[in-house]
Amino acid sequence: MVKLVAVLPDRQVAPLLRVYGAAVRTRRLRGAAAVAVAAICIAVAAWSAGIEPSRLFEHVGRFTSYFDRLLRLDSGARVWTGPAEWLWGWRRWLRLLGDTVLMAYVGTCLGAVGAFLLSFFAAENLARSGWSRFLVRRSLEFCRTVPDLVFALVFVVAFGLGPVPGVLAIAIHSLGSLGKQFFEVVENIEMAPVAGLEATGAGFAAIVRFAVLPQVLPGFASYALLRFEINVRGATVLGFVGAGGVGQDLIEAIRKFYYSDVSAILLMIIATVVLLDVTTERLRRTLSETPQ
Amino acid sequence: MKAGLSIADCERLVASYPYAFRPSFRRRVALTAGVAVGFGAFCFGVLRLDFDFGRLGSGFRQLAWFLELMVPPSPGQHLTVYLYAMGETLAIAFLGTLLASAFAFVAGFCAARNVLPIWIARFSTRRLFDAIRGIDMLVWALIWINVVGLGPFAGVLAIATSDFGALGKLFSEAIETIDERQIDGVRAAGGGRISEIRFGVVPQVLPIVAGQILYFIESNTRSATIIGIVGAGGIGLHLAEQIRTLEWRQVSFIVLLILGAVAAIDFVSSRLRAGMTISG
Repeated sequence: MVKLVAVLPDRQVAPLLRVYGAAVRTRRLRGAAAVAVAAICIAVAAWSAGIEPSRLFEHVGRFTSYFDRLLRLDSGARVWTGPAEWLWGWRRWLRLLGDTVLMAYVGTCLGAVGAFLLSFFAAENLARSGWSRFLVRRSLEFCRTVPDLVFALVFVVAFGLGPVPGVLAIAIHSLGSLGKQFFEVVENIEMAPVAGLEATGAGFAAIVRFAVLPQVLPGFASYALLRFEINVRGATVLGFVGAGGVGQDLIEAIRKFYYSDVSAILLMIIATVVLLDVTTERLRRTLSETPQ
Repeated sequence: MKAGLSIADCERLVASYPYAFRPSFRRRVALTAGVAVGFGAFCFGVLRLDFDFGRLGSGFRQLAWFLELMVPPSPGQHLTVYLYAMGETLAIAFLGTLLASAFAFVAGFCAARNVLPIWIARFSTRRLFDAIRGIDMLVWALIWINVVGLGPFAGVLAIATSDFGALGKLFSEAIETIDERQIDGVRAAGGGRISEIRFGVVPQVLPIVAGQILYFIESNTRSATIIGIVGAGGIGLHLAEQIRTLEWRQVSFIVLLILGAVAAIDFVSSRLRAGMTISG
């Protein structure tokens, strides 16, 4: 093979190597320091969370055998050999899943309407008064930091068992997260149309309607659809605390060791979630393709 | 030259560019129908889920009363218990995310088209990620409780499993969008397959991966507060208990504690991320 690389004389190479070596050494030192800090954090965390890897290794057989049992009917046969027996409760579960999706839908709608109204008061380019911006932003932050399950727990006490507290919990959590995404969309608009309308003497409502809305609506719709997807996943477990939907049946099946029921409900949940994901993704694509 | 438009000019403009002034008929019909369907579904949902205005009213009155009972927040006799549980929650989020990212980092390479050009391996890893993400973290927590018993260890494993799906997908996408020329460069210098990944792929994906891990630690701090509700360790257990026993002053104290911890983690991780983008 022909050697094409130019070889420098040692006299020139030595200082280059020295500088390269120093650079590599500082990088390695910094990397080692980062690893050490991470290791200390891991050790402290593992100690406080009471991690015993030995327990996992001892019982890891239970994990695989749990899935094995999930896929067996009461008779011991595999679930797919008797689909009628496996999915015996499909009517009830389908109805509950429908309720779950409706809960997510109604909650997302309520949250989106609230976020829509609030976003104009939280955006820096539209809201004039600093304190209203501050107030709206802090309350949105509160709504999205507290998990929806915590809201659901409190609302179950206030409103009683059933889907209503679940819907309200989803609505509040969506209000928080959509509100933030919405006002960020509003802050990124082209300001020229707003200036144009201001020049004609239009009021706040008219400016929002004719200068801001046409620019932000596609973004709002796409974020709301995405939030709906997330909320459907979240709504499946709201039943764990008594807030309606399919979660109530799921946790009962898990707690009472009705193994084949657990796998049947999980299968139906995954199928619903995947189906909705595909549908909303297509909707979002048509939204982003429509000429504005 | 005249500055304004005369009425005749306006009419001429409207006549020559009708669609700029009136959206097309089809779009208007589609929009109206879409809004009508959406609103109809909303009304159906409200009826189906039995929203009862009397019950709503009394519920909101009760909520207002609870809010009144929440001030001032107080930890009661359990300050150290709550602080320890909060620390446990942070530990669960941190360890769970790290465990998930360690496995997802390896699996992400298997799901990336440009690293492993075997169709079946890629397809099966992706479907595995999807199935894992389809099951909620709380369900994973319940399953792990069956394996390792009640306590924070089950929480760590639950976060690790459910984030394995999410992070694996994100990592494989990050790996697929890298610049191929660095791999070509390593290959041209005579590097093998392993060197290609170590020196061509890893340096490109590492900053993205680190950013996503930090982001997930942040969001998992929020999720870790609720897995205690099913018994998988952390502050959630105390929160659920105090809500059920209507100790509202302690509830508000725990919620404030969570908000404070989340804000602190947000602050640290945004500082770290800013530092990474500067040095990277």
